[in-house]
Amino acid sequence: MPRPYATYPATHLPHLPCHPATHLPTYPNQPMPTLALENLTKAYSRKVVPVKDLSLSVGNNEFLTLVGPSGCGKSTILRVIAGLEQATGGKILINGEDVNPLPPKDRNIAMVFQSYALYPHMTVYENIASGLKLRNMPPGEIQKRIQDASKVLGLDPLMDRRPSQLSGGQRQRVALGRALVREPDAFLLDEPLSNLDALLREQVRADLKQIFERQKAPVVYVTHDQTEAMTLSSKVAVLSEGYLQQLGTPNEIYKTPANQFVAGFIGSPQMNLINTEQVGGAVLLGDFKVHLPEAAQSHSTVVLGIRPEHVRLPEEGDSQTIRGDVFLVENLGMSDLVSLRVHGDENLVIRSLIPADATWQREDLELAMPPHAIHWFNPETGARIE
Amino acid sequence: MTTAPQPITPPSSESQGNRIPWQRIAMWAAVIFTVLFSLGPPMWELLTSIKTNDAITADSVVYIPSWDQFTFEHYVQLFTLNQFHIYILNSLFVAVVSTLLCLGIGAPAAYALARLRIPGERLVLTCVMGVTLFPYILLFLGLLRLVQFTGLANNYLALIIPYTAINMPLTILVMRSFFQQLPKDLEDSAKIDGYNVLQMLWQIILPMTLPALVTTGILAFIFAWNEFIFALTFITQESMKTIPVAAAQLGGTSLFEVPYGPLAAATVVGTLPLVILVLFFQRKIVQGLTAGSVKG
Repeated sequence: MPRPYATYPATHLPHLPCHPATHLPTYPNQPMPTLALENLTKAYSRKVVPVKDLSLSVGNNEFLTLVGPSGCGKSTILRVIAGLEQATGGKILINGEDVNPLPPKDRNIAMVFQSYALYPHMTVYENIASGLKLRNMPPGEIQKRIQDASKVLGLDPLMDRRPSQLSGGQRQRVALGRALVREPDAFLLDEPLSNLDALLREQVRADLKQIFERQKAPVVYVTHDQTEAMTLSSKVAVLSEGYLQQLGTPNEIYKTPANQFVAGFIGSPQMNLINTEQVGGAVLLGDFKVHLPEAAQSHSTVVLGIRPEHVRLPEEGDSQTIRGDVFLVENLGMSDLVSLRVHGDENLVIRSLIPADATWQREDLELAMPPHAIHWFNPETGARIE
Repeated sequence: MTTAPQPITPPSSESQGNRIPWQRIAMWAAVIFTVLFSLGPPMWELLTSIKTNDAITADSVVYIPSWDQFTFEHYVQLFTLNQFHIYILNSLFVAVVSTLLCLGIGAPAAYALARLRIPGERLVLTCVMGVTLFPYILLFLGLLRLVQFTGLANNYLALIIPYTAINMPLTILVMRSFFQQLPKDLEDSAKIDGYNVLQMLWQIILPMTLPALVTTGILAFIFAWNEFIFALTFITQESMKTIPVAAAQLGGTSLFEVPYGPLAAATVVGTLPLVILVLFFQRKIVQGLTAGSVKG
């Protein structure tokens, strides 16, 4: 089966610390990674391999988000780190120690589940305290930690209730509290927001960001929601079909997607991705020429990518423009998402985000495509051409 | 009745006092009938057990005994002459032990079948189902030979083992479906929190499973308490008999006298523990039976 995106080995990207042990010296400013995966592989059978040779690291004060479409193996990675699943190959290092042979309880990690997984027969207090009691912590210390967490999360009035008497958002906070009081070596969060309704999700997302900014331990956060990935993380790992596609800051991922998959997956509305053929140092979009950068000149076909928010109404000095007829306008509130059929090619559609207060006509609309906003990809490997 | 039907107005409203609330009458009639139908026989037994023999055999049927027809002599006779407390203890012992065994073996088996990936799981389940298909009386004949062969006759084990085995499929199937709908995240969360397997089963799984355990436990207990044929055949020693057998063997002073009074008293004494048990655990049973219908 062809894997159009996965064939691009992430290890070849110069800006990616994929083998933390070997790459670390080149990053003197980075903190010592406290959670590192080295060549991690998880296979259920010869054909079902959800995690393939994954290497990455998360340092103190870092918030790593694993993002990808469903079935990309992101939850499995988290479960392997937690020890709920056994890795088939590779190492999981927590503070430099390989925890692979250890059961979950000895790894000193805390996990927040999508379903919250609160014990229904215990009160909120007992739920939060359970992990500490099992570690034989003195009662005074338990009380102190719970008070601290409760202050942060606003759990004080809920302490004597049972999970069935709580709302979704409250359960979520209790689950967070249970993780926070543990003061673990790493936090693992498995889609903690996806059971909340949209409004609450946004609010809890902001809370999460503030709470974990104050935590020293590294955080690994799994989501399929790219907004969460972009807003929360200091580092994003984009995954597809068990392979790491790109690892970088949200900015890097957005501005310089390493391949066509990342380009299409991150960013909303989705990036325009157009397969074109080279004609003498340029490509043709319908009747319009787009100049090819030098690096891409050796390819006979290339994929042109440009985000809708970068396709804009022309200003003075714009040399690279296209024209076409608008056939669809989607009102997104602060801007309109405009779909345009480019003159000269009936099947070529370019989408553009135009501010709602701008004036423009539907027939023969001219739009600018600034050269620095265009990404070029190799159509065979999907890799970025630079 | 008015000529034109007016379905919007409630039939029992004050302004239309001449209307007869048929719906309510029908409902209450149905309720009263159901109650009488199911509680009538037990009530009759209860009343018979506290009537004097003269009142029981009187030509005109005495329903409610008057003060001078009222007596506890049947109960007294039951416990002095017939030593019924021994039979109660026998029944209690056999039923409690077989119920505990049933839950003790069946619940872990159900957990394994629900959670672990066991090769041949379907086969095991089919076999478990298959056992329930045999008519009880067919099992009985085979078991009789087994009891003879192993020399278990007049041993409580001769009852405990078959009762446990017969209740096992029900226990396994009910508990398995219950375990299946327990969210797996809870167990994962417990593992990360630091529970070892035993602590997890005892402190997390068991408390959540209690309703299902109580429900199946009570069903198993009732079966063991009421069972007659095995108890009649496998136990012949007087001091080891269980309540149903003892009650059936209550004899009159002569061949032609049916001891209605003591029989009725024995029935009441035999039923009372079950009634108490069910009333006591009623809430848990309802929880157990409806578990799964509502999420949460």
